[in-house]
Amino acid sequence: MVKEIERAGIPVVHICTVVPISLTVGANRIVPAIAIPHPLGNPSLGKDEEKTLRRSLLDKALKALSTEVSGQTVFEN
Amino acid sequence: MGKIKVVHYVNQFAAGIGGEEMAHVTPELRDGTVGSGQAFNMAFGEEAEIVATVVCGDNYFSENLDKAKAEVLDMIKSKSPDVVIAGPAFNAGRYGFACGTVAEAVEVELGVPAFTGMFEENAGVEFKGKVVIVPTKNSAAGMRDAVAKMAPLAIKLGKGEKLGPAFMEGYMPGIRVNFFDNERGSKRAVDMLVKKLKGEEFVTEYPMPDFDRVEPNPAVKDLSKAKVALVTSGGIVPKGNPDRIESSSASKYGEYVIDGVMDLTEATYETAHGGYDPVYANLDADRVLPVDVMRDYEKEGKIGSLHGKFYTTTGNGTSVANSKAYSAEFAAKLKADGVDAVILTST
Repeated sequence: MVKEIERAGIPVVHICTVVPISLTVGANRIVPAIAIPHPLGNPSLGKDEEKTLRRSLLDKALKALSTEVSGQTVFEN
Repeated sequence: MGKIKVVHYVNQFAAGIGGEEMAHVTPELRDGTVGSGQAFNMAFGEEAEIVATVVCGDNYFSENLDKAKAEVLDMIKSKSPDVVIAGPAFNAGRYGFACGTVAEAVEVELGVPAFTGMFEENAGVEFKGKVVIVPTKNSAAGMRDAVAKMAPLAIKLGKGEKLGPAFMEGYMPGIRVNFFDNERGSKRAVDMLVKKLKGEEFVTEYPMPDFDRVEPNPAVKDLSKAKVALVTSGGIVPKGNPDRIESSSASKYGEYVIDGVMDLTEATYETAHGGYDPVYANLDADRVLPVDVMRDYEKEGKIGSLHGKFYTTTGNGTSVANSKAYSAEFAAKLKADGVDAVILTST
């Protein structure tokens, strides 16, 4: 999916739990997620804390989208 | 020597009996050609002739594999062919599988050369290490092209000749053939290098696997003016899964409007994905498809807007071909809707 979106000419960031799979598939901008059943959340946190966590991941995603990359790049921070 | 005797194996569709509703028909032996067989005969000229055709329904073949294979083999054997052509199957998966099975069984059990043709994404391509498969187009519209490639191979095999390597004969690589080359490896390598340096064409002896990489698109210049869309393989759908997206091996994607939706709640959204524990996503689907934070970004002006639709499917067990086909479809919609960037989430 990520490649077809990229191929259509739209920059795309892949937020995913299993980064090696994303690398194999061929995503170019990758943000590692939290866990498979809740990639952008953590049920053990309070509601506000959890949303802050989600926002921190999406901040990275926005940063990835606004960063020029020449090949596959994992945005850890 | 008379004409080379060819037996042709085709499915119910190629025989003109019918489509899916006739896929149950049992094997039948007919004299002469059926359907596309005539095109082969034309291409053979005086050298070869289809003496008989075995017709079998694809479902019958795949659901009664051993029985069907034995019946088909008996019919083929009764005509003592010099060579057997199965298909071509184009992109029909069950037909491709049947063609591969028949061709392999004819070679192994009857000791008669056999081969088939199909599209490179046909699941039957898995037989390429066992039988010769000629690459074809993905639909019967490519029949003329397929016949042009397959007929000469049928004549060669029917004469009992050995085929050369895949790249010379035009079949799919997969069968390893040892041979002694006139030149030793070091010389061939240097020859290739010299050709490359001169900018001339050369044929590699060890092609690198095709990873199908797509170059990254340029970054978004100004996110505060960008329309950003959400896409997920985590199976988030409106409560009740209205389009009944399968929990695995999805055959489709969902397109859902989220105009005015500020937050995904337990009452309104859930996951259809059968490959992970759905409890957390069902309680709060923002954990997979983060609509809530995207709405905050929109309000704050960090992004121009959140696209009014999201696209979703379940990514587990879904075939690459399916996924590629439908993502190309929704990617085109995203492009047409003026989406500047996509955030794709996977579980």
